[in-house]
Amino acid sequence: MFVSLNWLKNYVDIDGLSAEDLAERITKSGIEVEGLERFASVSTNVVVGYVESCEKHPNADKLSLCQVSIGEETYQIICGAPNIAQGQKVAVAKPGAVLPGNFKIKKTKLRGSESNGMICSLQELGVEEKFVPKEFASGIFVFPEDTEVGADVTELLNLDDIIIELGLTPNRSDALSMLGVAYEVAAILDVPIRLPHTNYHSSEETAAQHIGVKVEATEQNPYYGAFIIKDIKIAPSPLWMRNYLMAAGIRPINNVVDITNYVLLEYGQPLHAFDYDKFDSQEVVVRMANDGEKIVTLDDQERTLSSEHLVITNGKKPVALAGVMGGADTEVSDQTTTILLEAAYFDGQTVRKAAKAFDLRSEASNRFEKGVDPNRVRKAGEKACQLLEKYADATVLDGIVEFDQLDYSEKMVTIWTSKINDRLGTAISNDVVADILRKLHFNYEQDDETFTVYAPTRRQDIVIFEDMLEEVARIYGYDNLPFTLPGGGGAQVGGLTKQQQLKRHVKRFLEGAGLSETVTYSLTNKERVTQLVSPEVAEALVSAVSLSMPMSEEHSTLRLSILPEMLSSVAYNLARKQTNLAYYELGSIFISKEQEVTKQPEEKLRLAGVLTGEWNHHPWQQEKKTVDFFVVKGVLEALFASLNVQVIFTQAKVEGMHPGRTAQLFLNNHAIGFAGQLHPQLQKSYDLKDTFVFDIDFDIFFHFTKMNQVLLQFHVILV
Amino acid sequence: MKDQLQVLEKEALQKIEDADSLKELQDVRVAYLGKKGPITEVLKGMGGKLSKEERPVIGELANTVRGNVAEALNRKKADIEAVELEKQLAEETIDVTLPGRPVPTGGPHLLTSIVEEIEDLFIGMGFEVREGPEVETDYYNFEALNLPKGHPARDMQDSFYITEDILLRTHTSPVQARTMNMIKGERPVKMICPGKVYRRDTDDATHSHQFTQIEGLYVDKHVQMSDLKGGVLDRFAKQMFGEDREIRLRPSFFPFTEPSVEMDISCKVCHGKGCSVCKKTGWIEILGAGMVHPRVLEMAGYDPDIYSGFAFGMGPERIAMLKYGVDDIRHFYTNDIRFLKQYHQA
Ligand SMILES: [Zn+2]
Repeated sequence: MFVSLNWLKNYVDIDGLSAEDLAERITKSGIEVEGLERFASVSTNVVVGYVESCEKHPNADKLSLCQVSIGEETYQIICGAPNIAQGQKVAVAKPGAVLPGNFKIKKTKLRGSESNGMICSLQELGVEEKFVPKEFASGIFVFPEDTEVGADVTELLNLDDIIIELGLTPNRSDALSMLGVAYEVAAILDVPIRLPHTNYHSSEETAAQHIGVKVEATEQNPYYGAFIIKDIKIAPSPLWMRNYLMAAGIRPINNVVDITNYVLLEYGQPLHAFDYDKFDSQEVVVRMANDGEKIVTLDDQERTLSSEHLVITNGKKPVALAGVMGGADTEVSDQTTTILLEAAYFDGQTVRKAAKAFDLRSEASNRFEKGVDPNRVRKAGEKACQLLEKYADATVLDGIVEFDQLDYSEKMVTIWTSKINDRLGTAISNDVVADILRKLHFNYEQDDETFTVYAPTRRQDIVIFEDMLEEVARIYGYDNLPFTLPGGGGAQVGGLTKQQQLKRHVKRFLEGAGLSETVTYSLTNKERVTQLVSPEVAEALVSAVSLSMPMSEEHSTLRLSILPEMLSSVAYNLARKQTNLAYYELGSIFISKEQEVTKQPEEKLRLAGVLTGEWNHHPWQQEKKTVDFFVVKGVLEALFASLNVQVIFTQAKVEGMHPGRTAQLFLNNHAIGFAGQLHPQLQKSYDLKDTFVFDIDFDIFFHFTKMNQVLLQFHVILV
Repeated sequence: MKDQLQVLEKEALQKIEDADSLKELQDVRVAYLGKKGPITEVLKGMGGKLSKEERPVIGELANTVRGNVAEALNRKKADIEAVELEKQLAEETIDVTLPGRPVPTGGPHLLTSIVEEIEDLFIGMGFEVREGPEVETDYYNFEALNLPKGHPARDMQDSFYITEDILLRTHTSPVQARTMNMIKGERPVKMICPGKVYRRDTDDATHSHQFTQIEGLYVDKHVQMSDLKGGVLDRFAKQMFGEDREIRLRPSFFPFTEPSVEMDISCKVCHGKGCSVCKKTGWIEILGAGMVHPRVLEMAGYDPDIYSGFAFGMGPERIAMLKYGVDDIRHFYTNDIRFLKQYHQA
């Protein structure tokens, strides 16, 4: 959520605080401020000018020679914008002005004519291209006719506004509105809040004469309010509104669209405007879609609906995908004169499903998904009517045609000062609790230390004692929480299990023997998952476990051996001239004993190793020892000896391994893994040189380790 | 005869003195102390020439002479041997400045070092280390943690599903739920659970579809939020990052805790004044924590009116990145030996 501080100032008094201090206060007590930026970089000496005349430059087709008055003075300025015209009010950077990017404006000559300044586009004033209204996107910005000549452009365009970006957690959807943010800031700073008015004049004619509302899916749509507004004149919205929208990250379009967006941001309530003349009926029917029913949405895509999608219909066919996107047929256009304005409450999960299914997440769907404030639905519609009346010259028909089964009740939560103190470790008084509730604008009844709190409907997240505990804690301030040590009740000696100790022992042993630990991905691809599966694993296994919707084929299946991903790491190193490698890894493989996975696979810890290149190298004595089978066997035998287990190596054939240089390992007649040289073909497929590997079942290995004896050694290691 | 013996002794001692090899010494030994040597000869000829009284006197003298010569021989032999040894050792001289014969050296992965450091730190505070499956059921990964199906917070951690009900765990919290369920509210729980977790993130400098987590849980009677702040988080921050670090808690949201907080530590670079490392805030985000949600306690068989608890969770990758200036999370999974070796002593 992007919050314009200039906009916020309409509701709460924040003038005494720097933006940084305000951001820190909000972060510490409420919602994390993730960014704090000026709306546009600094410009100086840019004022509103009136284009008195505008002629073609005598020596250049694409340039215009303009006489621009900025009050007392008139400047000759050459302008290259295609939309420049006589009679416009424009942004003039006077000679000596500095634009964003430290761009200094000087008197200059262009094709033989003097130019004393520059007429600016919004982009040149530092506004991001994506927020610039389309009509000004490839030219200069034109102010409304009533703009005062000579006025400061920075101020007029809110260029010095500070935008704070709030990182909203899912519970704080109340702050998806300027009013919600205002309540939050009012509570944190303990300042009063000024709420907007929504009054407008309504005509004799009633909305009910033109529309009826019927809701069939009452659970998914407990409130639907329809307003009829006629005599609309589509035009640009007022400058201040465009400024606020751009600051909030929304591109201004026209007064009707901008007003619905403005109200969405102010109240957190999405609205939708249908072109009434294209609505093609006098009745709104809200129902679940039929399977296979189709609608062409505003983005001109045909969407095939199912019975879990909620639609607004005109009684004949869907005209909007409720809470997600309107239909193209009833879209508001420049010719629109009458609109049907929808202010509704749609169930979050229903909207979520549709938005996800069609990949249509929007500002509107996001707010419905998180839950809008029941008490603001109707108000938001009224606010839009007020603005349409004022800024679109419209007439609002009397009354709201409604379906209303919405729950407006405030949740009652009981809190006790003693329980708050018991949970927080604080010693706050009843008065402090009462004061915090007052700051939050929560209604409550107090009986000594018992408070019955009525959580306002804008705070749908407050349901139980602990939710209120958090409210009290954060407004009281986590900085004010004491530092205490847990009491003696649960005194417990911490520690590692025997298996965890064994893991550490094996790791340290192998590291001492010259091996480096790797950590590779558990998810591998369909080809690698079949490689170097140890014989006893292959025997226990029915199928490999694959993700139902992998992000990529590379990471689609859970590994059956750590080795393939390790080999891939070795290849990565070889490609970077790191040729002498001795790696081990201790990690899980995932064995499913079912053809179709229905339960968790068995997770087995495996100890794997890959060695290649020189084992040791003594340069000045010309001694070199490259890794061979017996180097690997030597390391393993030493490891087994350190664990007091007898492991037998027998000649064996394992797929992917050298047929004459591979051993299967047995511990107490259990096959526990294998060791040997890679088969040259497999080696080649990974771009490796002679490579030796081992892969051992760690669990069975742990089972047969004489733990008592091993533990004696551990004490020495661990102490 | 007496004189004769004394002359012989003098002669022999002189020859010993002059000898400079073991061979010469051996010759002297044979010449003077051998069976045909002059001293033996003198003693042999004693019979006819000496009186009864003289005989023992001369005999004793002869033995003394033999003894003196033998002793001189031994002394000289030791001297010569010492000299010869010295010579031999001198010949054996090597250039000790040449490089040594290398021993293969390995080491732990940086993540292991960090995880073990954190484990040891919490073991010191009385926590057990518990592990659990990486492939979890929807119940333990979400529902038991107050994340029912359709909960918007499930979006925060889009998951890798295998079936509708089985998925790769998105955090290690299911180990906590499993442990509590196993103990069934019969005694307090004080544990940490390290392990691998998986989320649907595209791998880039700050995201990884696989990463590591360590979560902690302490449930007991009268556990307070101030215990979390003072007893665990502050101690952890100071031991892990330095005694001069301050902590700050600020509101956050996790479905399984209420209240929920984020813990920041003061920035080492600017000491809270604000710099580029801390994005001008003076603080660096380290971990999330909070008081265990009563629903979570209830589902695991703990009566939330009797028991309370706190939980916390952190990412070892992030901690390693902050502590050692690692700038790309992918480095942890590429296993470039040059990267790994850099942190073998970490
Ligand atoms: Zn800093």
